[in-house]
Formats: sequence, C-alpha cells, structure tokens
Amino acid sequence: MSTAELHTLTGAYALHALSAEERAEFERHLEDCAPCAQEVRELTATAARLGLAVNVTPSAALKEQVMRRITTERQDPPKVQQPSPASGARRRGRALPRFVLAACVAAATAFGGVAVWQQQEASDAREEARRSERQSEELASVLAAPDAKVTTGKLADGASGTVVVSRERNKAAFLASGMPEPPSGKVYQLWFDDDGTMRPAGLMDGSALTGPALAVLMEGPVDTADGMGITVEPAGGSERPTGAALALMDFPTA
Amino acid sequence: MNEVVHIGGIAPMPPDLQELLGRVARGDRDAFSHVYDAVCGPVLGLVRAVLRDPAQAEEVAQEVLIEVWRGAARFQPSRGSAMTWVLTLAHRRAVDRVRSAQASSDRERKAALLDRTPAFDEVTEEVESRLEREQVRRCLRTLTELQRQSVTLAYYRGLAYREVAELLAVPLGTVKTRLRDGLIRLRDCLGVGA
Ligand SMILES: [Zn+2]
Repeated sequence: MSTAELHTLTGAYALHALSAEERAEFERHLEDCAPCAQEVRELTATAARLGLAVNVTPSAALKEQVMRRITTERQDPPKVQQPSPASGARRRGRALPRFVLAACVAAATAFGGVAVWQQQEASDAREEARRSERQSEELASVLAAPDAKVTTGKLADGASGTVVVSRERNKAAFLASGMPEPPSGKVYQLWFDDDGTMRPAGLMDGSALTGPALAVLMEGPVDTADGMGITVEPAGGSERPTGAALALMDFPTA
Repeated sequence: MNEVVHIGGIAPMPPDLQELLGRVARGDRDAFSHVYDAVCGPVLGLVRAVLRDPAQAEEVAQEVLIEVWRGAARFQPSRGSAMTWVLTLAHRRAVDRVRSAQASSDRERKAALLDRTPAFDEVTEEVESRLEREQVRRCLRTLTELQRQSVTLAYYRGLAYREVAELLAVPLGTVKTRLRDGLIRLRDCLGVGA
C-alpha cells in the first residue's frame, strides 16, 4: 500500500475495520507518521463516544462474578517485557513441512515488523501470538509451495542469504545464516525491488538473529518485484532505504 | 449502577477514572470496584450492540473487565482517556468474537445484514445515559447517509471495511474515506480532543 493510501486508513483503524494484515501494515506506518498517530488518537476517542452512547445496566451478578474472579487473576507487571515474536515461534517448535530448507530454519523462525503501537492493549500478547502463528503458517506455505524458486547468495562477512519466491502465493521468504546482529539502535530492513524502486518488506530485529539460521516471511505481496534487498536502518525502519545495502538479490526466474 | 452522563468536553468520564486505574495497577480491588461501576454499563452496552446475543455479550464483557484488571498497568494516559482505553479494548474484543463466529456462519450473517440495514435507533434501544446518547445521535445526523452507514456498520456491527463496501455496494476506497471523514465530522461535532 502506498503511503498516501495509508494516510487514509485512520478511520478504518480506529473502528477496527481493517484486516489483520492491513492493521499490521498501518501500525508500522503509525510509528513513522506523527499526523496519523495524532488523528488515530482523536478518532479512537471519537469511536469510544459511540460506545458510551449504548450504555446499559448490567446485572448485579456480573459484578459479583468479576469481583470474585479478580481475586485469583494475576495482574500484568507495570513494565511489561515485550515477548519477542521470534521466541514465541521457537517455543511453538513448528516444523516446516517437506521443503528442503525446512530443516535448517526450523530451529529459528523469525518475523519482521514488530508493531510497537499495538503493544499498548492488554489483549496484544495474545494477538501477537496469533499473528506469529498466522505468519508462521504463511511462511511454511511459501517454503512448501510447489512453485517455490530458490536463489542463494553471499552476504558480507561469510553470511549467506537465500530467497524463496512463490509467484503462485505472491509471497517471498528470506532465509539467512551467519548474519551478525545489527548495530545497536538499528535494524535490518527487507525490501522488494520493483524495477529499481525499493518497497518496504518488513524488519528483522536483533533478537531474531540469534541461532544458526533464520527465516522471515517478507511482508506484502511479491507482485511484479524482480528482486529484493537488505539494508541497515534506524529502529522502526524507513520508508526508503537510507542505509548501506548488505545485499541485493535478483529473484529466480521461472 | 452509576449513571455515566457527561456532555461535550474532552473527557466523557468521571474525573478520577485515570487515577483509579493507577491504583488498580497496584492491585487495589476497592479502586477496581469503582472502575467497574464507571465502565461496566458502556462496556456491556457496546459489546451487546456488536454481538447481539445477550449471553455471549455478558461473557465477552466479563473478559474485557478482567482484562482491565490485569492490564491496568499498560494504560497510558498520553494515548487517550481511561474510558477510551477501556472501550477500545471492549470494541476490539467484541469485533474479534464476531469475526471468529463469522467464519462458520458467513452466509447467514450476510443475508441477515442485508435483510436489516442497521439504524442507530435500533442499537440504542436500551440506552440509559440519555444526554450522551442524544448528543451522539444529533452528531450522527450531521453525517452524510453514506458516512453514517459506513461508521455505524463498522462500529456497531463490527464489520470490516471490505464487508461494508460489499454490503453498501460502493468501492473499497470510498468506504475507507467515508469512515475517516465521517469520524472526523463526528469528532468535530462532539468536540473530542486527543
Ligand atoms: Zn500517515
């Protein structure tokens, strides 16, 4: 989605009317777009007024139940250490089916695009887990796609990268081994190469890079992209590459 | 049940709800009891509007209230009022529930929606806080028909904008824009600050 299009999603976002994928994409946009973040705060408060207007009187029994339940419900600590999506995925120990690369990536599956904005809501840990799960399944489905094509290239310092593209699923995955952690305050950002124009395709943070290998589902559709790139960007990522390219790889042709 | 009736202004809630939440975050059950009294009516009303099934609504409202207890420490005043935080949680939960139920009964649900385009009146049958309701109704009337339908279908029925577009037979881009400019008009009419 273009940045201009993303700016128009504030209302749909405040009304929870976006799909999970669009929601995630918009939340990444919110980290970089102060006007949208401000508008979202206002429109969320406006939506809450629609909620206030449908006030009903609850039964006394409901309060009794809730008050009883909180006596045994553990509270979240004030400073919540955000669970890394990668560690959640590792715990799940999800086996990636069949595909020849599966064995090397099963140990460390990582995901880009951690949306900090979303973490404020208490339901988010669960939502994040669900999202990781969905992405994990999607990643597996790309790796296992019958039309998956593979290219491997050398990155700096002995690291290597492999890109898997399924035109049928319109998705790509990036697998790396031996990549060092990015410098502090920086992240690796993936890009689709649309004939020379780089389109953001998600982030890999430092925590994703522990372990012998990692696989990341690239965010967004492949569409007409003919290659991909990786750059080092400030935390949160950039709209356009600003850092040095670690790698530029052409997608395998059919 | 305390009536929560506030007109206009930035914070449609008791002035001390934010402070109460701070105490809840430290495990204060007495403070939680006050928070419960302030938010439970709107939470249940909203969840019931979206789910339309009283038993399910009560179940989801209970989950939301427990989540307020558990997650009070995550409330950030800089992001909006305490009531907004709670009702945003409630809406999200209700929408999640509607969408998961939807997978199984997609066709019946669409048929029912088409059969009965929601009117705001229908949603507000059980409203108690008359002043808040009147103000919201008045402001909804300042919207265009398409803005009003888009916003109410998304908010009170928990529809994704794609479903709204399908239901109203208008392009996706139009619905996105109507949701935004409709809410902006409501924001200005209600005098909502950030
Ligand atoms: Zn924006």
